[in-house]
Amino acid sequence: MEKFTTHTGVGVPLRRSNVDTDQIIPAVYLKRVTRTGFEDALFAAWRSDPEFVLNQDEYRSGSVLVAGPDFGTGSSREHAVWALKDYGFKAVFASRFADIFRGNSGKQGLLAGIMAQEDIELLWKILETKPGTEITVDLEQRTATADDVTVPFQLDDYTRWRLMEGLDDIGLTLQHEEDIAAFEAKRASYKPKTLPAKHLPKVDIEAARPA
Amino acid sequence: MAGTLAEKVWNDHLVRRGSNGEPDLIYIDLHLLHEVTSPQAFEGLRLAGRQVRRTDLTMATEDHNTPTLDIDLPIADLTSRTQIDTLRNNAKEFGVRIHSLGDADQGIVHQVGPQLGLTQPGMTVVCGDSHTSTHGAFGGLAFGIGTSEVEHVLATQTLPLQPFKTMAINVHGELPPGTTSKDIILAIIAKIGTGGGQGYVLEYRGEAIRKLSMEARMTICNMSIEAGARAGMIAPDDTTFEYLKGRPHAPEGADWDAAVEYWRTLKTDDDAVFDTEVDLNASDLEPFVTWGTNPGQGLPLSANVPVPEEIADENDRIAAERAIEYMGLTPGQPLRDIKVDTVFMGSCTNGRIEDLRTIAKVIKGHVKHPDVRVLVVPASARVRLQAEAEGLDQIFKDFGAEWRNAGCSMCLGMNPDQLAPGERSASTSNRNFEGRQGKGGRTHLVSPLVAAATAIRGTLSSVADLAENDPSFANLDIDAIDGSPLAPLDPNLIVQV
Ligand code: SF4
Repeated sequence: MEKFTTHTGVGVPLRRSNVDTDQIIPAVYLKRVTRTGFEDALFAAWRSDPEFVLNQDEYRSGSVLVAGPDFGTGSSREHAVWALKDYGFKAVFASRFADIFRGNSGKQGLLAGIMAQEDIELLWKILETKPGTEITVDLEQRTATADDVTVPFQLDDYTRWRLMEGLDDIGLTLQHEEDIAAFEAKRASYKPKTLPAKHLPKVDIEAARPA
Repeated sequence: MAGTLAEKVWNDHLVRRGSNGEPDLIYIDLHLLHEVTSPQAFEGLRLAGRQVRRTDLTMATEDHNTPTLDIDLPIADLTSRTQIDTLRNNAKEFGVRIHSLGDADQGIVHQVGPQLGLTQPGMTVVCGDSHTSTHGAFGGLAFGIGTSEVEHVLATQTLPLQPFKTMAINVHGELPPGTTSKDIILAIIAKIGTGGGQGYVLEYRGEAIRKLSMEARMTICNMSIEAGARAGMIAPDDTTFEYLKGRPHAPEGADWDAAVEYWRTLKTDDDAVFDTEVDLNASDLEPFVTWGTNPGQGLPLSANVPVPEEIADENDRIAAERAIEYMGLTPGQPLRDIKVDTVFMGSCTNGRIEDLRTIAKVIKGHVKHPDVRVLVVPASARVRLQAEAEGLDQIFKDFGAEWRNAGCSMCLGMNPDQLAPGERSASTSNRNFEGRQGKGGRTHLVSPLVAAATAIRGTLSSVADLAENDPSFANLDIDAIDGSPLAPLDPNLIVQV
């Protein structure tokens, strides 16, 4: 996972509240077996509307999403974060997030910062009067700057540290590699293993046919 | 220090205790995979250049998407085929053992683990599937995980976890004839609600539980998740050891003795304290069925569809109204009058050999109701083979049922086995959510005995109801079916096939 210290990119105002994960990525895309390439799925239902913010040239290359309250509610699908990241978003700001969405974001290196609604409104105003304005996100200071306006956001220390170190969950656990190896060394010998495989005798299975 | 069973298993798997609100790091003994929740986990490994840490503690089977007919032909549905092909390729690339369609050990992941003897007492078992709680019947901690956790376990064989709370569910007394462990768990969920177990590991205890066979215990633990619980478990005892002995991956010789000695320590200490306790009297139970669209919306079969106006709690009332509408029922209508189109016998809840024997015992020599379609889907290919060796398949076919290959099938309708919109089923599976068995389908969760009786009468029925029209049913020795220590899957029988 890439380390996150600061990021500067086009800000996208998403003036909607209660954006649930079904809107972030509709269920039909969940059938895929890949983990990347979900950029086309992001906000799929809204993307067919030419008025939708991401369909306007100035915002198309956006990487900082400024959204309304209660972002990421609904089903816990991790695809919602994948879709945002695949599209190119590095940070999302809202005054409230669904817990699971915020947890998934932190684990996968998408910054989900909580920002006061009045600051959100302030950024919306700047981004809408001057489309294409860039926002600079400073994770060290926990601030976002657009033009001459700098506003604070909240992110807990632990998640902030992980993002700054670029540690995903697995990387974090693997810092304890020695503990894991020590545990494995004293595991009881009678505990089962799947390999080498043991079976009952091999038998042919007959296919059932439609009646 | 005195501890509950769950705490003991937890402590035995502690790689590292977390401090300052950091989670504990828990070692995983067995990681089971299937085609739906694993593809992105493998891709994540690939993207990060990681390997599977312990292929010898990992195993995959194909179950959710597999067809139950024509399994020797290419899978027609493209999404299903892609998922299964992806699993096969991943297993090959990373060196993971896999049981594919057509293999005798293919089947629902929660049947295959126990039947191979891979699920043992005191283990931590995970799988990207919520019904992993099934394996808790052997006295281990078994729970479902999400795709990113699947990747985590593949890469590290551990999981960072916050400790669970513990809840004792004491089931007293003795099950009356015609009732089964399915009725126990449906009654528990109706009592504590679909959120009642949230944050807890449930330990099922008491006389009624101790008398249950291993497979009947699996049915109970399987549905712990429907009460919102993280896991369910039952302390191991001689019933457990007997089930395990001689299975392919069970310990042998001195290892067996060492294992049993350890397994016997796996019980809640007398002075241990649970965070919560719930009591239920099995002797009061009747066959239980669901009328609504979540597993907590269940009632004894002799009851009527609830009348929403009589429900005091506003949320419950609204939920009942919506469920009754979706289910196409009339408030106050006797549950016994509900006509079904399909009876589904199968799933990781009730698709095991004992369930099939139970059903066969009831339906033998009878034919199904002409308006009902009956689908029998064994939980694994071995279960199918054993049923065939015992001649059960012939009983099902003579009855007019469709005898199918193993898999999840109509439990979730990811394969072609689905309900049509508006169709109604009595199903031995575990979820009656809207559209679970097919878009617009209506599901009533029932025990294998109720499924059998319903298939004969065409309306939701108990075995006792059968005797009304046909006195021959009155002599049916059904109290000896569920809960009795029936022989486990017999390897010798299988060889003779
Ligand atoms: S049988 Fe049903 S509940 Fe069990 S694993 Fe398959 S889909 Fe899930």
